[in-house]
Amino acid sequence: MKLKGNAWKFGDNINTDEIVAARYLNTFDAKELGSHCMEDIDAKFSKKISKGDCIVARKNFGCGSSREHAPIAIKGCGISCVIAESFARIFYRNAINIGLPILVSKAAARDMKTGDKIEVDVNKGVIYNLTRKKEYKTDKFADFMQEIVNNGGLLNWIKNPKGSANKAKRKKK
Amino acid sequence: MGYTIAEKIFNKHIKGKKVKAGDFVYAKVDVALGNDITAPIAIDQFKKIGVKKVYDRKKIVLVPDHFTPAKDIKSAEQAKALREFAREQKIVHYYEVGRMGIEHALLPELGIVRPGELIIGADSHTCTYGALGAFATGMGSTDLAACWATGHAWFRVPETMRFIYKGKKNKWVTGKDLILYTIGKIGVDGALYKSMEFAGPVIKRLPIDERFTMSNMAIEAGGKAGLIEPDEITMEYVRSHKFAAKGKLPANFDYLKSDKDAEYETTIEIDVSKIEPQVSLPHLPSNTKAVSKLKTMKIDQSVIGSCTNGRISDLRVAAKILKGRKVHPEVRCIIFPATQAIYRQAMKEGLLDIFVKAEAVVSTPTCGPCLGGHMGILAKGERAIATTNRNFVGRMGHPESEVILSNPAVAAASAVAGKVIHPNKL
Repeated sequence: MKLKGNAWKFGDNINTDEIVAARYLNTFDAKELGSHCMEDIDAKFSKKISKGDCIVARKNFGCGSSREHAPIAIKGCGISCVIAESFARIFYRNAINIGLPILVSKAAARDMKTGDKIEVDVNKGVIYNLTRKKEYKTDKFADFMQEIVNNGGLLNWIKNPKGSANKAKRKKK
Repeated sequence: MGYTIAEKIFNKHIKGKKVKAGDFVYAKVDVALGNDITAPIAIDQFKKIGVKKVYDRKKIVLVPDHFTPAKDIKSAEQAKALREFAREQKIVHYYEVGRMGIEHALLPELGIVRPGELIIGADSHTCTYGALGAFATGMGSTDLAACWATGHAWFRVPETMRFIYKGKKNKWVTGKDLILYTIGKIGVDGALYKSMEFAGPVIKRLPIDERFTMSNMAIEAGGKAGLIEPDEITMEYVRSHKFAAKGKLPANFDYLKSDKDAEYETTIEIDVSKIEPQVSLPHLPSNTKAVSKLKTMKIDQSVIGSCTNGRISDLRVAAKILKGRKVHPEVRCIIFPATQAIYRQAMKEGLLDIFVKAEAVVSTPTCGPCLGGHMGILAKGERAIATTNRNFVGRMGHPESEVILSNPAVAAASAVAGKVIHPNKL
């Protein structure tokens, strides 16, 4: 999977309240949540971006609550992936579970600026900064998580009779 | 090498080879919790899996506590989705308005969560139950849905960071101040992906309510869990909260302790005699300072309650301060007993009367204002002191409002003074 778009840069500790404020959690409609994405940091964010753009942030992106509405809002407003120095644990799981590509690269997260044109090869784990003509390798997922990603998210993974989730059942047979 | 409590709990919930920190496991879950914000997505996802029934209707807990009593039509629809799912699946532990409470106060109170168990909740403050020596952690709605279908969830067994609290606590210093101080020291990602273990002589003497407060905020340091080794205080609590044990849950619990030679990633010693009542200034829980070191900070609202500090001992402290005094004319003071049982207890002890006489309001249990949902939203430019757990931008309302976190004594004293003050100064 290759993604292409502009980078939108954020700082450290972007929390789930900033990604989508709790006042909008009376729905989980992706479009509606998307229209409020990042609103408390940048009121017009969802209107400024184009489909396929990427969020780039520093450390601990997605800290705070367990709301899956956060990655849903990011996907819902048209953002194609999030690149960060590090992710908060629950956000990280949620993004994998619902199939929002997330990539960890300290160098890329540090170097990139808003407006940079970037291309991401999710399968290869490579980020190209076309504006600055730079290339970054992303950190690999642990094998266990890669299996979930390869299955297209958690729900497919638990259903896959050949996957790790059903190892015990196979043994019984 | 020995095992930490966290490692022992995971080993108890898997079959086969023993695991240590760093290993991935697909483990059996004892309790899987959702609320009116997160469960609607889980229900939607559950329906996509294609199984008809949940794995065990006794192990699923549904508590509509965030936007209830329903604050608007959409919230009412979400609560309705929970209610209908609970009826359809014959969920044993569904708690309706009037019987419910803030989930992380309610579940321990009802004896639904117990020592040695593995618990997941689609709510980040699920880590609260670590105070009982359970491995409890927050996850998202899809994880919850998968668990409802299979009874399992995947985990990476976390490394443990151990915090040892020593010395004599100063007056007005509570578990809340210890945890705020700790988060201030290590930062909001200081325990990212790790299990925090709170130990030492101060913890040994710490009352259970304050232990819940500490474990509750492990997530604010990025922690996956906030564990406290079970002891006499834990056992006493578990013995006196047996309702749900009667409510048909199997007695599958254990008072597990870390081995003497367990491997900790780090051990941090904290001398509590140097800690004064703390506040977290806007807009991060790690932005801590001693109350006495603050310049004048006026407040518009004081919120006392939540899953962090809405228990009976919190209300007693607030009442001690508010008794015979009045809330400052320019301040709204809103008090939230965390559960119906706590509400009744406060009523019996005359605390509610003290609050109302002081011109505070007392609310039904709800997460309401803590996350800027309802029941005390801040306008542009307003500032609140709150005994809650987060002070992110826009957390309690307008993006240009502010939240300062504190313990209940500081929040009550500040409500009277109209500005953030040390209770000694009242």
